[in-house]
Amino acid sequence: MELLLSLSIGALVGSGVWLLLRPRTYQVIIGLSLLSYAVNLFIFSTGRLRVNAAPIVEKGTEIDPAAFADPVPQALVLTAIVISFATTALFLVVLLASRGLTGTDHVDGRESEK
Amino acid sequence: MPNPSHLIIAPILIPLLAGGLLLFFEDRERRLKDAVSILTALALIVVAFVLLKRTYPAAGAEDGRIFVYLLGNWPAPIAINLVLDRLSAIMLVLTAVLGLAALIFSIARWQRAGAHYHSLFLFLLMGLNGAFLTGDLFNLFVFFEVLLAASYGLVLHGSGPARVKAGMHYIVINLAASLLFLIGVAMIYSAAGTLNMAHLAVVFGELDGDGRAIAEAGAGILGIAFLVKAGIWPLNFWLPTAYSAAAAPVAAVFSIMTKVGIYILMRLSLLFFGSEAGSSSGFGSEALFLAGMATILFGMVGVLASQAMGRLAGYSVLVSSGTVLAAIGFSQAGVTAGALFYLLSSTLALAALFMLIELIERGQDPAANVLAVTMEAYGEGEEEEDPATEEIGVAIPETLAVLGVSFAICGILLAGLPPLPGFLAKFAMLTSMFNPAGLGDGAIRHSSWWLASFLILSGFATLIAMTRAGIRSFWARIDGEVPRVLLVEVAPIALLLTAVVVMTVAAGPTYRLLEATASDLHAPQAYIEAVMQALQAVPNKGEIAP
Repeated sequence: MELLLSLSIGALVGSGVWLLLRPRTYQVIIGLSLLSYAVNLFIFSTGRLRVNAAPIVEKGTEIDPAAFADPVPQALVLTAIVISFATTALFLVVLLASRGLTGTDHVDGRESEK
Repeated sequence: MPNPSHLIIAPILIPLLAGGLLLFFEDRERRLKDAVSILTALALIVVAFVLLKRTYPAAGAEDGRIFVYLLGNWPAPIAINLVLDRLSAIMLVLTAVLGLAALIFSIARWQRAGAHYHSLFLFLLMGLNGAFLTGDLFNLFVFFEVLLAASYGLVLHGSGPARVKAGMHYIVINLAASLLFLIGVAMIYSAAGTLNMAHLAVVFGELDGDGRAIAEAGAGILGIAFLVKAGIWPLNFWLPTAYSAAAAPVAAVFSIMTKVGIYILMRLSLLFFGSEAGSSSGFGSEALFLAGMATILFGMVGVLASQAMGRLAGYSVLVSSGTVLAAIGFSQAGVTAGALFYLLSSTLALAALFMLIELIERGQDPAANVLAVTMEAYGEGEEEEDPATEEIGVAIPETLAVLGVSFAICGILLAGLPPLPGFLAKFAMLTSMFNPAGLGDGAIRHSSWWLASFLILSGFATLIAMTRAGIRSFWARIDGEVPRVLLVEVAPIALLLTAVVVMTVAAGPTYRLLEATASDLHAPQAYIEAVMQALQAVPNKGEIAP
């Protein structure tokens, strides 16, 4: 499971960075989204990977912390997902405004001379 | 520390509530929006000064007082807390003063240039205040996103191709930096198992082996995210364009945004890697020093090369951040105190300069800036006045004289000439650099000579550039008419410059306060203890039965 997770994070980051460096705004936004997925997975993995362990502790019973998953990264990743979703949506608006004002989807607002 | 006062959370709540309230009103109700937002800024100033006063030590005590506010009433160090110490109180005061000045400035015309200006502006202030107050790494991320989200809206305020283009670059860079921020936080959490800054400082000293390596790598990645926000070379090519394209009051308040990055770097590097951190003590300070020096150099060249005044101010922002960062990297309490003084005076001066430039350029014929137009990113004033929105209000007499004197004061401040605080701050830094252990004592470090020469050279470069720009706009104006400037536009500039003059007259008390702040920073023990031993405001009502 560790290998699978790290490979998928790596693939997401690789494609994300490549897209981020492309000249089209749409590619940039997809790149940013892929990067944020990778980061979210990474945050999730910092709580150590566990199966069949709940993050929620029963009230009032004797607790063995080893039997539970770490709830903090799960809370963090939720916040991070919401924030990156919102900022991506905001960026989408700016992208459309730029397309409307400049008539091109190049990040510099004009085509580069070939 | 007993009695966590609820006032600590006021700098976050006041702008949040006011900004949220203003969303319910249409943008046509300008007077109301102006009134509410200016009252909010005034309230923030009052609260910030009250908080600053509280951090003064009780009679006879040496250390400043530190207040901890446990947001969820969980026992420390679990969950999120706000921490008020001298440094955060000083930054709150600075933010509030800048916010008030920029809001007054925008009464005249800028608030009309787009929707929800006041709410965005107040949310920006909320994010800034939160970032200065929080004692939790992930909560810091949240406040950063609040202030960035508001700043994305503000940088686009007024619209136009130049702003949208600069704003898009600004947004992409900051989104990428936020991802780095998250990676850094996640790595630190995985190594240390906590996100509370004070608790992290304790845990960092105890880590070893792989844990330490991961924590240091995480801190490094986190540092890169803050270096982007602080505008440090080579992560700063977006900054002059974005700042010169932004609307004048927005650019003015943005002059503190780079300082948020600097503030966090200062706080965290001294907290995590202070003298208590064992073998990671001093981690990264060399990198900060070198990055700061490179930024000064880059900003210096940029200042000399700028033809448009907006870019001149943008590069001055870089010089200012670079200077403070290099002084932090120097890691010596006396130099840090000088750097804090410099931070205050240069931020105020830059904010005044950004507003001033808009007033000066208003009267200029675009043809007079032919050279500047050739520059790729020159944002031509899209604010061509619509006769219908001709501003109402009292214009001031002797416009050019007033603007010229203000410009000269900004120049003196940024170049670091006596008698204003720019000079005092640089003098304080140089004095402690060459007298590390009291006057005429202690070995002078090699890096002192480098930093000293960079400080003086950057001041000289700024002086040349400001003089050139001043001569061009005031003495050798090509046709350009005298701009019509309103009282409400000059008043905020006067307010900022008065604040600087007050800092000059009261240099003694101000410097003593900053010196104490710097020594608190370099001895973070009191901060750590205050947080770790914070008492709950309301004790838990016993154990809950199963």
